[in-house]
Amino acid sequence: MPAIEILGLEKTYSVGFWRKRLKLALHPLSLTVEDGEIFGFLGPNGAGKTTTLKLLMGLVFPSAGSARILGREWTDPSVKAQIGFLPEQPYFYDYLTAHELLEYYGQLSGVPAKQRKQRVEHVLDQVGLRDVQGVQLRKFSKGMLQRVGIGQAILHDPKIVFFDEPMSGLDPIGRREVRDLMSQLKSEGKTVFFSTHILSDAETLCDRVAIIHKGELRGVGAVEDLTSSVQGTVEVIWHGSQVPASIKALGAGCHVTGDRVRATINESQQDAIIDALRRERLRLIAITPVRTSLEAYFVEKLRRAETTAGSTK
Amino acid sequence: MKPRQKTTMVASACLILSLAASSFLLHRIDRLRPQGAADDALFLSSPKVIQRASLGYDGLMACIYWTRAVQYFGFRHHYFATSYNQLAPLLEITTHLDPHLMVAYEFGTSFLAPKPPHGAGEPERAIELLQYGIQQNPDSWKLYYDLGFVYYMELHDYKKAAETFERGSHVPNAHPFLKVLAAQMAQHAGEYETARMLWSATYQTAQDAQIKENAVEHLRALRVDEDVEHLQQAVTRFGERTGRLPASIAELASAEGLSGAPVDPDGHAYKLTPEGRVEIRVPDDFPFASKGLPPGYKPAPKYHQLQ
Amino acid sequence: MRTRIAYIASNTFREAVRDRVLYNLIAFALLLSGAAIFVGQISIEIEKLVVINLGLTAVSLFGIVIAIFIGIGLVSKEIEKRTLYTVLSRPVRRWEFIVGKFFGLAGTLVVNTFFMAIGVFAALFYVSHKFVRADALILVALYFIVLEFQIICSLTLLFSSFSSPLLSAVFAFSLFVIGSFAEDLRNFASMAHGFSRWLATGAAYLVPNFSAFNVITSIAHEQPVAGQLILQNTLYALFYATMALSGAVLIFERRDLK
Repeated sequence: MPAIEILGLEKTYSVGFWRKRLKLALHPLSLTVEDGEIFGFLGPNGAGKTTTLKLLMGLVFPSAGSARILGREWTDPSVKAQIGFLPEQPYFYDYLTAHELLEYYGQLSGVPAKQRKQRVEHVLDQVGLRDVQGVQLRKFSKGMLQRVGIGQAILHDPKIVFFDEPMSGLDPIGRREVRDLMSQLKSEGKTVFFSTHILSDAETLCDRVAIIHKGELRGVGAVEDLTSSVQGTVEVIWHGSQVPASIKALGAGCHVTGDRVRATINESQQDAIIDALRRERLRLIAITPVRTSLEAYFVEKLRRAETTAGSTK
Repeated sequence: MKPRQKTTMVASACLILSLAASSFLLHRIDRLRPQGAADDALFLSSPKVIQRASLGYDGLMACIYWTRAVQYFGFRHHYFATSYNQLAPLLEITTHLDPHLMVAYEFGTSFLAPKPPHGAGEPERAIELLQYGIQQNPDSWKLYYDLGFVYYMELHDYKKAAETFERGSHVPNAHPFLKVLAAQMAQHAGEYETARMLWSATYQTAQDAQIKENAVEHLRALRVDEDVEHLQQAVTRFGERTGRLPASIAELASAEGLSGAPVDPDGHAYKLTPEGRVEIRVPDDFPFASKGLPPGYKPAPKYHQLQ
Repeated sequence: MRTRIAYIASNTFREAVRDRVLYNLIAFALLLSGAAIFVGQISIEIEKLVVINLGLTAVSLFGIVIAIFIGIGLVSKEIEKRTLYTVLSRPVRRWEFIVGKFFGLAGTLVVNTFFMAIGVFAALFYVSHKFVRADALILVALYFIVLEFQIICSLTLLFSSFSSPLLSAVFAFSLFVIGSFAEDLRNFASMAHGFSRWLATGAAYLVPNFSAFNVITSIAHEQPVAGQLILQNTLYALFYATMALSGAVLIFERRDLK
């Protein structure tokens, strides 16, 4: 049984005050998420990711279509006890402490009173919030709020978690921790459905991804399938303000910003460029593999969408 | 059924039922305290305080108090109330909030001065109200007219009435009949004539329907009084001439050379009692008639009498 | 279901209690009751009258302000700050949320009124050094004020279920003012004719009837309140609040939380 089955879910909003116009926020969307997978929902800002999540959460009502979660109608109240949701840029009752907030959410989710306290402690520990007893959420940083948000989503030990942009607002360490947490949730047998516009997050984590643009699904598939056709490149950064001819000769695309030079180059040329830098006595700062593979697929998909849209005009 | 549909149905049912129940209760609460709004005047009778409390919205508050006064009087009058002790404060508040609300002064003239059940029986307060009105609106001849009216009708003070009409006739654009009235007051001219003129003038110049209706009732009663008086004189003449009472009103009419039996304003023939008294058929239809009423007649209370 | 409503209500109550604005308002109301003592001293003989009038008026007015101020934010603020998303994605039905919010707010106001009432009684004791039986009437006036608050709470919830906080506040406050003149409105309606009379009467019955709840002045003059009025006002408040809440639920059930 698939964890989530979206069957032609569609949403149009009417906009404008006097003369109502219909705006299609989400084209009929059909999607299946298997049990126990981490599913990435990719798209640029305003693509319809949040709308889809809100539809699934019952926060907005679809114009057409339906969905099944855990085999049941998605509006079924009993489904709600089995899912957790982290909204985009979450904001919570700032007069509460993290403990009180999670306690409240535990009450609403029907976590038995006996287990509640222990669950709260456990979850706070899990999301890396320690020593926050007695501190009201108004004093929390954005990153801490994001952690609280993840905490409330997994508090009642749901079968499926829906995360809307879980990495936004986090520092690099925080992002890593969230990634680890998601993998851990998967290993606990949970299904993770998360939206992001940051491709590298999806690439490292997801079993499968869906790409959505302007309210329309552009592609679904396993990450390897989507990326296999594209070869990797690396980004090399060094100290300096000029690009030596020997490096230009390697066919690197270079950008000079201040006293730094960034060059993107094919992975096969990696050793050659390092040698060249050494010869020129330039100080190397970093070499990072650019995971443009999924991005390339993504960009290509979007570009194709633009051109088809352009040609129909 | 989907849970959302169920909620919708339950909520709709709740909405309709509670709307009906609250309207019903509101109706009962209104009956429980028929003069609820006017009760304020019992405790907050200082127009100055109310003016301050109205935070500058004097005009609106005046309108509100004006409707309260009209409702208060109308409601109690309907039940033949024997007292109208809040009418004066309500009108005073109204006119303090808006000193130029003429209809309030007129209302005071018509209903503050007469005795219950037709009015509050407070001619002094009516006079005070009108004097205040004249002070605030010295250019309104209507107020002089109203004041003279109260002096004449309620207090029978012909001298003061004549003075007031005279003063009013000097106001620019005053109606010419003020001069006539002043003259008539001075010579105590025919009572019916004067009264008819006054009530007709009231009818023609009044703005409020209740005041107009009141004037019509008075004019009808005046005609009844005058008819009964004339017929009674005819009965006396008949007796002197024949040594007996006329057997019927028809006999009296033919003896007087009238074409047909005389009728009251409603078209009912007057009746003649065996004792030779001329009476109206339906006394209840002429609340202001003073003649032609059966001995010991009292108007029938419509429902119950308010204190 | 019942427990979830209770949890939402108690969280609403907690929110209100932790709001600093609330304390400022209560403090101001108490100050006004206290000031009544000095105003009363200026006009001898009517000390008690002034204390009761001013004290109860302060309780009523500040309560209304608190009800509107907190009430309007209850739903719209949760939508605006997106806190509602994490609540409604749990096994919480939308109507439970509305009803829970109502009880939380209503409870807050009952507790507030209790504290403000202590202030009024303290001021009263200060001027008359004893309580007499007629002072029990003040409790009736306070009870009516609380009933009035229930209606205001339900109305602010109704408005905030579909409009912005500012508009909700404007709507609720206008209805409070209009409702205070509800009897006059029905008088106006009964003076109209024909179709406009039906329209005016309908409107007059739809606005909350606060006139019958205001017994402050007559109580200050130690006029008793009919038992029937207490009963019928209670039922009226109950039904009116139910009506407004049902409306709020019907609107909120359909609303897209954009």
